[in-house]
Amino acid sequence: MYTQSLSLDKSAAPTAPEDAIYAGRFQAKVDAEHKVEPNDWMPEAYRKTLVRQISQHAHSEIIGMQPEGNWITRAPSLRRKLQLLAKVQDEAGHGLYLYSAAETLGTAREEMDDQLLTGKAKYSSIFNYPTPTWADIGAIGWLVDGAAIMNQIPLCRCSYGPYARAMILICKEESFHQRQGYEIMMTLSTGTPAQKAMAQDALNRWWWPSIMMFGPHDKDSQHSDTSMKWKIKRFSNDDLRQKFIDATVPQAEFLGLKIPDPALKFNTTTKHWETGPIDWDEFWRVVKGDGPCNKERMASKRSAHADGEWVREAALAHAEKERTRRRAAPHRLA
Amino acid sequence: MSETNWPLYEVFLRPRDGLAHKHVGSLHASDDAMALQNARDVYTRRGEAMSIWVVPSKAIIASDPGDADTLLDPATRDRKPYRHPTFYDIPDEVGHM
Repeated sequence: MYTQSLSLDKSAAPTAPEDAIYAGRFQAKVDAEHKVEPNDWMPEAYRKTLVRQISQHAHSEIIGMQPEGNWITRAPSLRRKLQLLAKVQDEAGHGLYLYSAAETLGTAREEMDDQLLTGKAKYSSIFNYPTPTWADIGAIGWLVDGAAIMNQIPLCRCSYGPYARAMILICKEESFHQRQGYEIMMTLSTGTPAQKAMAQDALNRWWWPSIMMFGPHDKDSQHSDTSMKWKIKRFSNDDLRQKFIDATVPQAEFLGLKIPDPALKFNTTTKHWETGPIDWDEFWRVVKGDGPCNKERMASKRSAHADGEWVREAALAHAEKERTRRRAAPHRLA
Repeated sequence: MSETNWPLYEVFLRPRDGLAHKHVGSLHASDDAMALQNARDVYTRRGEAMSIWVVPSKAIIASDPGDADTLLDPATRDRKPYRHPTFYDIPDEVGHM
């Protein structure tokens, strides 16, 4: 669901002379819009950048289940509960599609799990914000998934085949997420004054973190060029952010809710909405671990992993026992 | 982390009868039965399949992309155009052929 452009590899320069020849062919292939497939030659930095980006994206899907999972037992109706269950299940699925794509680059799943659990790998910091009310579920679907879709649609054309294919699967499913979120916001906005206030409060809390999801401004995002050259990334952070803002402001108006930005104004010349300054100190604080829920999210993930260890071992022991039995009595059906 | 990891399986789906199975991704499972169950949960939440195949990844024998020039390129259209119907000029008067 969510990539966050933070850092990319600097070591894009080929080292050995034969690498330069391969690198030239590789770039020509990418320039011609041909896809790169798992066993093809690729620059080490391309591989590393992809593993980092795809696994970070996968981790985000997995951690992203927590803030929404928080409301499954308390969803206001059976219909809402079914939708939320389906959505959280999708997030797990998206995480797995992405781990599967990253594994084609030669990084084992266990290694990626380990990097998440030890804190070496990051996930999107949007999930370090809490979900204290039901309206947060609406706001996450509408804004967070909406921002994610803006980011992800261009990734369907990413130069790396398995990543692009995973993104196509994900984007197909993501649209339901955003629409169900917006529907929750519509219901609350047309409800009692208390319900409308709850929707407004959720928008107030999720607006800025959502527009920060696109990552730092282009002028501060120094490694984007390499990713653009490799066609991993197709639009800059600021371009995508602008598209999201332009799409979302009228949606808020339709709900009768107010975007929490007194400086927000429509530029009649450029036909774009312009926001006030983004608080990047907050962004970096949350990225570096000091958000409202960083510790809680990691603690839940670690305990789920540790508590599941005996299950993983038991399943393997069972598989081994079945194999032994079949060897002893091959006529017996498994 | 467990000492032994769950093996990797490749997943293939047949969206409808009449079509062939197509690769969609991979997953980890402790055995074949779990691989099938997980494939259902991960890859078919919206009725994407009439049939699922799971295959241990290590059972797949793949061609090496580095060999493509010698192994596969000789059969491409540029090299052997005469294997394609459009190579042959048939006058319009002959009609559809």
